[in-house]
Amino acid sequence: MSELSLERGLAAFREEIDAPVAAFFSSCIRCGLCATACPFYVETGDPKYTPILKLEPMRRVWASEFTLWGRLKGLVGLAPKVTDEMLAEWEELLYDSCSMCGRCSLVCPVGNDLQYMIRKSREAMVASGHAPEGLIGAASRAIRTGSPMGLQWKTLDVQIKHVESSTGLEVPVDKPGVEYMVLLSSMEIINFPEYLEAIAKIFDHAGVTWTLSTDCYEATNAGIQIGSKDIAAELVQRVVDAAVKLKVKKVISPECGHAYTAIRWEGPNLIGKSYPFRVFHIIEVLDELRAAGRIKTEGKETDRLSLHDPCNLARKSGVIDQQRNLMDLVADNFVDLKEHGKYQWCCGAGGGVSSNERAEHLKMAAFKRKKAQIEEVGPDRMVTMCATCRTQLEEGLEEFNMDIPVVGLTEMIAEHLVEKEQRA
Amino acid sequence: MAHHKTLGESLRAHGVSRRGFLKFCAATASMMALPPTMTPAIAAALEQARRPSVIWLSFQECTGCTESLTRSHSPTVEDLILDVISLDYHHTLQAASGEAAEHAREVAMRENFGNYLVVVDGSLPGPDSNPGYSTIAGISNYQMLMETLEGAAAVVAVGTCAAFGGLPQANPNPTGAVAVQTLAGDKPVINVPGCPPVPMVITGVLAQYLTFGKLPEMDQYNRPLAFFGQSIHDRCYRRPFYDKGLFAETFDDEGARAGWCLYRLGCKGPSTYNACATMRWNAGTSWPVEAGHPCLGCSEPKFWDAGGFYDALSVPPGDTGSTLLAAGVSGAIIGGAAAALAKRRQKADLAERQPVKIDELEQKL
Amino acid sequence: MIDPMDFLLWTKGPMFDWAIAIFALGMLARLVEIFMLGRKPNYAEPRGGEWGPGFRTIFTRSVADAGTFQRAPFNVVIGTVWHVGFFIALLLFIPHIELIYSVLGIRWPGLPNPVVDAVTAITILAMIGALIHRLRNPVMKHISTFEDYLVWTVTFLPLITGYIAYHRMIDPYPLALGLHILAAEIFLIVLPFTKLTHMFTVFIARWYNGAIFGRKGVAS
Repeated sequence: MSELSLERGLAAFREEIDAPVAAFFSSCIRCGLCATACPFYVETGDPKYTPILKLEPMRRVWASEFTLWGRLKGLVGLAPKVTDEMLAEWEELLYDSCSMCGRCSLVCPVGNDLQYMIRKSREAMVASGHAPEGLIGAASRAIRTGSPMGLQWKTLDVQIKHVESSTGLEVPVDKPGVEYMVLLSSMEIINFPEYLEAIAKIFDHAGVTWTLSTDCYEATNAGIQIGSKDIAAELVQRVVDAAVKLKVKKVISPECGHAYTAIRWEGPNLIGKSYPFRVFHIIEVLDELRAAGRIKTEGKETDRLSLHDPCNLARKSGVIDQQRNLMDLVADNFVDLKEHGKYQWCCGAGGGVSSNERAEHLKMAAFKRKKAQIEEVGPDRMVTMCATCRTQLEEGLEEFNMDIPVVGLTEMIAEHLVEKEQRA
Repeated sequence: MAHHKTLGESLRAHGVSRRGFLKFCAATASMMALPPTMTPAIAAALEQARRPSVIWLSFQECTGCTESLTRSHSPTVEDLILDVISLDYHHTLQAASGEAAEHAREVAMRENFGNYLVVVDGSLPGPDSNPGYSTIAGISNYQMLMETLEGAAAVVAVGTCAAFGGLPQANPNPTGAVAVQTLAGDKPVINVPGCPPVPMVITGVLAQYLTFGKLPEMDQYNRPLAFFGQSIHDRCYRRPFYDKGLFAETFDDEGARAGWCLYRLGCKGPSTYNACATMRWNAGTSWPVEAGHPCLGCSEPKFWDAGGFYDALSVPPGDTGSTLLAAGVSGAIIGGAAAALAKRRQKADLAERQPVKIDELEQKL
Repeated sequence: MIDPMDFLLWTKGPMFDWAIAIFALGMLARLVEIFMLGRKPNYAEPRGGEWGPGFRTIFTRSVADAGTFQRAPFNVVIGTVWHVGFFIALLLFIPHIELIYSVLGIRWPGLPNPVVDAVTAITILAMIGALIHRLRNPVMKHISTFEDYLVWTVTFLPLITGYIAYHRMIDPYPLALGLHILAAEIFLIVLPFTKLTHMFTVFIARWYNGAIFGRKGVAS
């Protein structure tokens, strides 16, 4: 049986190095500003978490094999090598202490997209056998069961039944030719069943046709988080096959950050071609419906609400105004965190950190930055649109004994829908 | 020959008043940066100085230095200084010619052995060059210099050719010209460079030597600090324009008419050490920069090979643009080859690539 | 002992040509090495353009965002000051303009010497501040390598020698000027093989950053 090896890891590094990577490494001046953008450094104060340092293995491969000068140095044995031991040491830096939030990429004065290179470095970590066990477990369950948490359709089926009975609405399953195919995340199915109910209500209200697919209901992509394009492509292919089979033109990614970037931005490149359908985040769809006047709401939340932008949605996908438009629809007393939108701070759980049990203490440490941001504004409740962020916010706020409930934006919209009878 | 007549006596015999002589001494003191209280000492020393024998050798030169010394419009103290030294041999000035002339040199050398001054203008073909490039009375310059230096007290190299090689030595130096100091061995050398040197500097150096009977304080090029201690730039009356950043950019623009700094027109004043700016030329009438022309840097070594006269000091003399282009193109080719190698490696990696399979990952669990 | 004029002419002549040649060869090789790697095709449906945002980021990334400024004010201010100062001294000093004109055939107006002089003094102080910061800031100290100190030195030397030459603090002047030119040549020679490449690649890096974010509809 084949095995992951340093050789395969180095080959993966080489494969991932492209013009942007070479330009980025050529430009780093080691000013350290990326550290000030990183919640893992800011909250631990440990300089080893400086983002650019996390890329040292990749930088070495670039320097010694993609620059003339590095090759010359290599000939006389002066180019530092990437060893198995080094990669083992870097496992913590590339996984446990990085949520791939991309904040450093936005702050770097020479314009280095560090997150882009972290993502690429993880390919080599996987190929060389240095991925964390927690993420391997999630990837294994995703490939073998269709869900990183090991869920099965029957669990979802129970929920569907529950939603149908409580709302009196049909949750369409495997209906071909509808407008949208809806994807979910296992975490939502387990932790936030309100989501499914909310979209059932909203789509019914707005007259949108949609369906779930029994072939593929999971939007999350453990392959992206662990950093294996082979695993990721297999998971994306399932979505594509399901959408093609049901002949839908639009696919909705749920309230989950990385699921959206995985299927929206990486997916087509993983399978090497454009999709025959378009991909939206649920928030984009809701805002479009709002703009088209298809969502009628009544009443507004009066308590002080603030918003946590998921990194994957805002900074990494450009969905920033949509959630604010929707907040305006249902909230009277909405206040943004000081640094928000593309400059928001990560909750600390993204990029696979939350699936990596070993990283628990770092995840909580990084959360302190979010906590400080929340304390600055002092909201009564936090609103967000990513199940991972939401779980992290809830756990973190509880850890620090802050009584601030966290709600999903989709649910909140659903709660304010004008009832059908009234509308008519 | 009046070898025992003192300079003072001689001057009075030539009708120079005491007042005029003291004026010269005061000017000499100020040129040498000595306090005015030194004037009487200079006067006393000069009055008492014995007329030393001077042998003036002209080699590969243009006579410009001699012209500089003699082409004054009215008889000046400088002329008289020449009269009062015993100039026993000088091609241009001496009446004698042929055998007689050479005889005069030999006699002066013999009679004043160990005490006479040698003044040289012009460079000379070095010992390894063809001696036929420059001869006098069938004697090569090299041979004549070596013979004459033997009994000399000191040698004064007048003009940039003698001091530094000058024009004859300029690239490609066809005659293998060298400066006097490279051949002078342990004889003291005083360099008075300039193309030509300021006349007062030539006489000033001689006056100083006569006054103090010893070599003046000199810089590392053996130039007397009294005259070469400060740069043209530091003493230039146009310096305030440099400091304000006001430059003439052509010879007939507004800046040129307004007398602005000539740096951009190639002035080498910043790197040139000479007394032009303070002593000026033609009896203090003017000097090149005042006449609107940049300093050529003529009193510095290699000034002919230091780039264009009208190129700013910061401009490299070579064809750097072509170097840049050629190196850039080579770099692109080398970089392209290196990148092609890297790409080939990437392709090979891709061909051998094994996709990561889930059971491979699971081995770690 | 070296002859000052010989030294000056050596730095202006053969050494300058060597420095320019190594610089041009090394830098062009590096740029071609970067561009030839290229990018894989991107099949994801774009939300925004690449070219516009790319060029936008080339400019916008020169100014730190408010949050970064608050968290690292010294780093941002000192870095900006000495970079701006360095380029004023390099590009707006009349003798430098003459040099560039002689090599590239293009010229632009300069600043009065006293202005450049004052800017140079500020730049020198800022660079000393930057070095102290690098030695004391825990992150910078941790991530700094020998190369960082080497690059600081070769960047500092042209400034300090230029200042010394302008004020004629070393005699004779040809020696002072030669030292300054030599320092600049060392800078040019070291440039293509160190992080100094960022002088050129920063535009590429920022463009890619702006393009990658721009494609996703984020103004980076």
